[in-house]
Amino acid sequence: MRRLINQRPGRGAAVALSMLPFILIVCVYLYYSHARLVDNPGDKLLPAPSTIASTMHEYAFEEDERTGDYLFWTDTWASLKRLATGLLVSAVIGLSVGLAIGVLPYLRVTIAPFVAALSLIPPLAILPILFIAVGLGELAKVTLIIIGVAPLIVRDLAMRTAELPSEQIIKAQTLGASTWQLVIRVVLPQMWPRLIDALRLSLGSAWLFLIAAEAIASTEGLGYRIFLVRRYLAMDVILPYVAWITLLSFTMDWLLRVLRSKAFPWAAPQ
Amino acid sequence: MTQITVKHLWKEFGNQVVLENVNLHVGDHEFVTIVGASGCGKTTFLKMLLGIESPSRGTFLIDGEPLPSEPGPDRGIVFQRYSLFPHLTVIKNLLLGLELRDARAVGRLFGMARRRALDKAHELLDAIGLGGAADKYPAQLSGGMQQRLSIAQSVICEPKILLLDEPFGALDPGITADMHALILKLWNMNKMTIFMVTHDLQESFALGTRLLVFDKTRVDPQAPEAFGATITFNIPLKGHRSG
Repeated sequence: MRRLINQRPGRGAAVALSMLPFILIVCVYLYYSHARLVDNPGDKLLPAPSTIASTMHEYAFEEDERTGDYLFWTDTWASLKRLATGLLVSAVIGLSVGLAIGVLPYLRVTIAPFVAALSLIPPLAILPILFIAVGLGELAKVTLIIIGVAPLIVRDLAMRTAELPSEQIIKAQTLGASTWQLVIRVVLPQMWPRLIDALRLSLGSAWLFLIAAEAIASTEGLGYRIFLVRRYLAMDVILPYVAWITLLSFTMDWLLRVLRSKAFPWAAPQ
Repeated sequence: MTQITVKHLWKEFGNQVVLENVNLHVGDHEFVTIVGASGCGKTTFLKMLLGIESPSRGTFLIDGEPLPSEPGPDRGIVFQRYSLFPHLTVIKNLLLGLELRDARAVGRLFGMARRRALDKAHELLDAIGLGGAADKYPAQLSGGMQQRLSIAQSVICEPKILLLDEPFGALDPGITADMHALILKLWNMNKMTIFMVTHDLQESFALGTRLLVFDKTRVDPQAPEAFGATITFNIPLKGHRSG
């Protein structure tokens, strides 16, 4: 009998085992949902799959009576737009400021401690300030994501830049590189895959800030819908919405991972 | 013509004396090999030549000018490791020096200028026997190939001085003979002055036109940091100068 640490599943078994927890949780849900509905056919907490399916059909493929929108897609589009804008702006800030801090000692001593302090402010605590300062529009929601995500990316990229072997930086100088050339030919190209890593790690918190902002002041969006229908205990909307958000998040993460390995084959995976 | 003059050079870090009273004159197209025990200031001496350390006292002149305070294109360097750019293919690693020199604003060459630079890079690549690996990334090369590329990368812009910091220390003994032939070939081709720090005494005799031994002449057992090392032997050698 080999040691446990040396026993490895085959390919098929690995796929089956990785599906197991998902299947298990679906079974547990189906069992309890059925048990509760037998007790009380009007139960709303664990709706039957058929109820969820018909509700989602209504949301995704039938026009809303009041607005004439397909709510599911309007919500998805609104949320994704905010999330993408927030992440894009954060990436630009993170890359430019982080790289500058990592490369220029004067800038490092001037603003690195400030960014460190900034990144420790709980973004949700200043959400009211945002609403007061920039109003309840799109800007407030996107800004919340930026405030929550950008400082972390800045710090991460500053550290990654400083981690580049000093041999490389010295070598580039002996090849005659100016500071600017060093940045665009040596440092920046090596920071792109690091930026993707940082974005992947930030996805979770970006969604968190988005949903928090939408829950408080919004008229559409995935987070808005969840918090709206909560009043009616509409688990047949909340549960599929949560699953959908998870799927979107997973897909984004996967796309970023593929982009990294395709665009930067020289960079070892994290 | 490159002349290097060192007079009464001292280097201290706080209380610790690393180098004391170093005197040296190196003429043009010399191959200087430097040996000595660990912590005897060999690398510190090389770092001063490179421009990332400065002398505490004394004079250190290259062609009559004081040492620059930062690395520059007249002094190439090959480290033991990490001196290739992992995001560039082999040929682009070689091209980089030419691009940095000739395209000050964008660091990239285009059109005719790029083709000319590529020709030069390919020529050098063939000379170091890496012609077949042009489109690989450094991580896909063996240690010996990486070092050959690193040396070629440093000489493509024809520096006056080439500094080698234990360049073959991490390689298999079997391939060092090839590396020695390569470095001598490039040295004679470009007529530069080479400073090479090594641990291998045999290598230092085989390659150099001048061998420097760094050692401490005085040791205080109560305060090992009180005295620094200096050049205890400065031996002219036959070398392999051609032409």
